[in-house]
Amino acid sequence: MARAQLNLAIHVVRLESQTDFAGWRDAARRLATNDIPPEDVAWQVEPDGDDGASDLPAAQADARLVVPRDFIERAETVICHCDPERFSLLYRLLWRLRSEPKLLSIATDPDIRRLEAIEKAVHRDIHKMRAFVRFRKIGEGADERYVAWFEPDHFIVERNADFFVRRFTGMRWTILTPLASADWDGERLAIGPGAARRDAPAQDDAEALWRTYFENIFNPARLKVKAMQKEMPKKYWRNLPEASLIPDLIAGADGAASAMIDRMPTSPAPHHAKVKAKHWPTPEPADVVAPEAEDIPELREEAKGCRRCPLWRDATQTVFGEGPDNAFVIFVGEQPGDQEDLAGKPFIGPAGKVFDSILDDAEIDRRKVYVTNAVKHFKFEPRGKRRIHSKPNAGEIQACRWWLDKELDLIKPNLVVALGATAAQSLLGKAVPITKMRGDVVEREDGLRVFLTIHPSFILRIRDQEDKEAEKERFLRDMRKVRELMGS
Amino acid sequence: MTVLSVREKLAILSDAAKYDASCASSGSAKRDSLRSGGIGSTEGSGICHSYAPDGRCISLLKILLTNFCIYDCSYCINRSSSNVRRARFSVEEVVKLTMDFYRRNYIEGLFLSSGVIRSPDDTMGEMVEVARRLRIEEKFGGYIHLKTIPEASAELIEKAGLYADRLSINVELPTDEGVKKLAPEKKPETIRLSMAKLRCKIEEKGEPTLQSRKRERFAPGGQSTQMIVGADRTSDDGILRASARLYGSYHLRRVYYSAFSPIPDSSSALPLQKPPLMREHRLYQADWLMRFYGFSQPEILAGSNDGMLDLAIDPKLAWALRNRGRFPVDVNRAEREALLRVPGLGTKVIDRIIETRRHRRLRLEDVGRLCHSVAKVRPFIIAEGWSPGALTDKAGLRQVITRSCEQLSLF
Repeated sequence: MARAQLNLAIHVVRLESQTDFAGWRDAARRLATNDIPPEDVAWQVEPDGDDGASDLPAAQADARLVVPRDFIERAETVICHCDPERFSLLYRLLWRLRSEPKLLSIATDPDIRRLEAIEKAVHRDIHKMRAFVRFRKIGEGADERYVAWFEPDHFIVERNADFFVRRFTGMRWTILTPLASADWDGERLAIGPGAARRDAPAQDDAEALWRTYFENIFNPARLKVKAMQKEMPKKYWRNLPEASLIPDLIAGADGAASAMIDRMPTSPAPHHAKVKAKHWPTPEPADVVAPEAEDIPELREEAKGCRRCPLWRDATQTVFGEGPDNAFVIFVGEQPGDQEDLAGKPFIGPAGKVFDSILDDAEIDRRKVYVTNAVKHFKFEPRGKRRIHSKPNAGEIQACRWWLDKELDLIKPNLVVALGATAAQSLLGKAVPITKMRGDVVEREDGLRVFLTIHPSFILRIRDQEDKEAEKERFLRDMRKVRELMGS
Repeated sequence: MTVLSVREKLAILSDAAKYDASCASSGSAKRDSLRSGGIGSTEGSGICHSYAPDGRCISLLKILLTNFCIYDCSYCINRSSSNVRRARFSVEEVVKLTMDFYRRNYIEGLFLSSGVIRSPDDTMGEMVEVARRLRIEEKFGGYIHLKTIPEASAELIEKAGLYADRLSINVELPTDEGVKKLAPEKKPETIRLSMAKLRCKIEEKGEPTLQSRKRERFAPGGQSTQMIVGADRTSDDGILRASARLYGSYHLRRVYYSAFSPIPDSSSALPLQKPPLMREHRLYQADWLMRFYGFSQPEILAGSNDGMLDLAIDPKLAWALRNRGRFPVDVNRAEREALLRVPGLGTKVIDRIIETRRHRRLRLEDVGRLCHSVAKVRPFIIAEGWSPGALTDKAGLRQVITRSCEQLSLF
């Protein structure tokens, strides 16, 4: 059959080796620039034959042959495959690319399907070689060397050798295969001829440890033989020191698993009581009613375990108020955001930064005021790697008012600033139209003055730069008013 | 007590480590030994160097430093009340084992975890010392994953991040109630706080510094966690909800689901049964839908009766059967987002479809050539010369699909 094809072909290309990419490329260039169609060419590997290009016409110097760069790279992979048809497939693709420049993008084309299948097989072979090569150590000290025997499906040793150099730079090693060998002496990589299994060392003491590991990392209750064999087909087993354990592990798995299930639970180990007494002493029975917090630090401690509403479930921690407990003014925001939730401090994220800079402009020292939120856990919806803020509902605001009231009670401020609608709702016990009432001071029944304004995150959400600046200016005016009110 | 050999210790301490599902050695910074002249590299995707008969990949030397533990978590083989044999590696022994295995190309690196002995800082300190010696003294460039003890000091965590590729803290169970019941000494609040701190550190160090404009090294492979499935009564919806929260809050690279497996000398507090492997598999598929297919967590199980994933069919097909109004999708025109919803089409296949359709219209056979099972795809797409007609809304569609998929697998 092959003979017949050769006889029929007008041009026969003789390549020097199975992976003679330079030879293929040179021949392909000559053939294509002379418009010789794929069906007139036969490809052969003849290591000691004549110069491959001898009977081919010279490349036409003025004929332009442009192929996508991607094709060259892919062709270099494909040439490592053992299919004798690969050379002609590549030339056929090159030929077609001249009139179908987008061919490589057409995944449904049969030639492209074949190209991809071959590429995939080569990549898999390369990957499995990286996975399943097993070095055995010979010699000690200065003579220490690592030698492996491996049987790849394709001509990949040369292409794969750099990986082993990058990984085992500080080692002297040799990988022997039936078709080629690679040797690294610590400085230079040499690709040599094929070898035989008997050229490699027969054993290595470390293998006993490796087999111990393999046996013990296996969980007999999860036997999935097919899944194992899909990724580690039997053809590799004879060169893997651990593989001879597999049949016994499989045979014993069911017994081992049911033995674990059937075995009656035993009584605790003897040292358990000692460990428990030392590390986990039974706590003193706590007072039935915890004493009421007398200052802000105590209150903060108490709030850590708050379960008054379900928001604690998804949040990292309670974000309590911060500032001196004799502050004249308390700023109340809505709820912590992503950054606040992580750090446990209020107003440190993007909105906090806006807030800080405007306080600064208004000459209010943040260290002298108390900053807190109406709701003390972050409420959000996860969207991939982001957390989208969701508005707390009336029930959650109501539940958390317990803490805000106590903060107000302990600090007894001169003025409270409600930043946004949620804060206003919490402080005034009802929803109020913030945009309409902004800048107003509302006096509560208990005499506490509440200054109403927007939440600084509102500024962040404005897209138009001019509008944003105007809003910043308005907020700054509000803060200046707050400063005046603080003193009065 | 008799002195154990390294081999005996290895047997005990790898047996003790096998219930941790994570074995990934991917996603770290690219690194090789050409310049250091040492040993080891990491290049994007990790390599599985072997497979155990449980079908799980063996990529890392996954061991415990010690299985002595002061905690008494009922699902854990190493809990303090367990009668399991105990052992403890020295730092030198772990370093030597790692290097001996790595040099022979058995592994990609080390996954070191530990029972907590004496104090969290004592234990964490020894684990960090193993990593330090590997990196500095052995010039080891392979992968290092350290299990982080939530209560360890910030200083030790900082060092751990300097030497390790990945850090992980296990949330153990999907709900705080579950943790309180089965791992009474563990504090879910502390676990959350530790993950928050790790995320902050990873982000902080990910920014180039002002002076050198270089990034400082801190766990380039990010952080991950593990949840045990089937030890408590949380539904799949609850588990996925916990995952979505963890991914969003702490930017985890992975959440691992570990089907609760009976352990030798197990506690009477737990279900004694075979591990729910199919459930675990479906959870991973649903997790993929959230991370790569644009599904939000609530929609995966919206409209299901019991909040559990269907064990017989994959979660995307189950979702599509409940949401037939969104189909058929035209493979020649639909946006990527809509194609991602089609059962049987994976992200790679979709990329190929989008690339190819720029040049020619796809027929059903073309789609069939690109994907694994056209039987699953067919009712949900329109292609050149193909429209599913009433098939999409057919009452017995589920059976039609499962039956033809079975036939294909017989072939």
